[in-house]
This record gives sequence, structure tokens and C-alpha cells, in this order.
Amino acid sequence: MSTKTPAQSRPLSPFMLGQYYRFQWSSLLSFGHRVTGIGLSLGSLLLAAWLIALAGGPQWYGTVAPYLHAWYGQVLLACWTWALMYHLCNGIRHLFWDIGRGFELKTAERSAWLVVIVSLILTAAVWAVAYVA
Amino acid sequence: MAKTSEDLRSPLSRARGLGSAKDGVHHFWVQRVSALALIPLALWFAFSVAMLAAGPADYYAVHYWVSAPSVAVVLVLFLATSVYHSVLGVQEVIVDYAVGSLRLTLLLISKLLHAVIAAAAIFAVLKIALA
Repeated sequence: MSTKTPAQSRPLSPFMLGQYYRFQWSSLLSFGHRVTGIGLSLGSLLLAAWLIALAGGPQWYGTVAPYLHAWYGQVLLACWTWALMYHLCNGIRHLFWDIGRGFELKTAERSAWLVVIVSLILTAAVWAVAYVA
Repeated sequence: MAKTSEDLRSPLSRARGLGSAKDGVHHFWVQRVSALALIPLALWFAFSVAMLAAGPADYYAVHYWVSAPSVAVVLVLFLATSVYHSVLGVQEVIVDYAVGSLRLTLLLISKLLHAVIAAAAIFAVLKIALA
């Protein structure tokens, strides 16, 4: 088929931002939940690769480990930690919504800030354990 | 039995409550249940790896950590639950943005990759723990 049906040419949600909706904190967090979720899904590929290398023996692990200890590996792991903590905190926010709590605009905006702050604190805590402890 | 104007479903379909996708609220529910399970599991994993990194963190240290039965069991639980949660989430994103044959293709690729990741990661942990 060369022509699109009206249903196919209708704009889908990611393209609504900016064009049809004004910017909102809450929509940025919602978008962030998806982005971090996809990032963590891709991250599980690396997690599996790390474990396979570990099961393969010292030679295999030795080829993977230097990438993790390099600066770009550490930056990736730091982003990974934050993505995990953000998705976890915002996920708890979603679970509260699922039981019908926290829907008021003020509450939702306050919990959005709380998610960002707590996710940063947890990320800092993980890296403090790794580097300071 | 008279049908109401709001609900055109048959009484049987209403009683089954499975909707047009034929699995009702299953996807929604298991996504929440796995999310709940992942709260302690993900926190445990992140802080455990951080504590591991605080030590020598070479092959032998990491291998020794995974080989402990308590660690291996929780690690398998974490891997299985997170891959399950991941496949549900990726499915949601694909059906939101992709239509037609692209949707089916992406869904199949996603299921395949998740199955491979789960099998590889869990096999690796078991190989280390049972060695």
C-alpha cells in the first residue's frame, strides 16, 4: 500500500511533546521512565556478557574487566546506577498511583522532585560504598 | 439476557474479563508484581556490586562472591525477575510506537534477545556456583 490510512498518519505520543503539549515536569519524568527502562534493558546485555565472561575463566574476564575500569566504563556504570535508581524511585511513584494515591497535581509535582533527589542520593551512596568504604 | 447500551459484550465474554487482547489485566498485574519484587533485589544488587568494587574486585574476588550459595540464589532471582520485567516493559514501548509488521518483528526480536540474555546470565551464575 502506497497511501497511509488516517489511523497510521495520526501523530503518536512522543511527537506530541513540544508540538501539541506545553512542557511539564511530570511529562519529562514519565518520558525519563521509558528512556531509563530501555537503557536498563540494553544494560542487561552487558550484565549477561559480564557474567558469561566471569564463568568463562580468568582469560575471558581479563578481556572484559579493563573496559569496566576505564574512564568511559566508569561513566557508563555511573549512568547505569542512576538509571536504575531513577527507574526504581519513579517506579515506586507509579505503584502509589496504581493504588490511587498521589494524583493531585501538587503531590505529583512534589513526588517528581523527590524521585530526582532520592535517585541522586542513592546513586551517590552506591558510589560512596564503592570508592570510600 | 438483555444487553445494556454501554456493554455490547456477551455475558460469557464479560464473565471471562479477558478483553480483546485475550489476556485481561495479566500484563499490567505481572508488571507490578515484578516491579515490587525488584525493589529489594535491585537495591541488593547495586550495593553488593559496590561493596565488591570496594575490595580487590579482580576475577577471583568476583568469582568467589558469585559462588556463595546465598549470593547465587538471589542473583538468579534478580536476573530472572529483571529480564521478565524488561520484556514486559519493552513490549509496552513497542506496541505504543510501532504498527503492523514492524510491531510483530520488533516483538519477536525482543522476546528472542530477552530469552537469550536470561538463559546466558542464569547459566553463567549456575556454572560458577555449581563448579
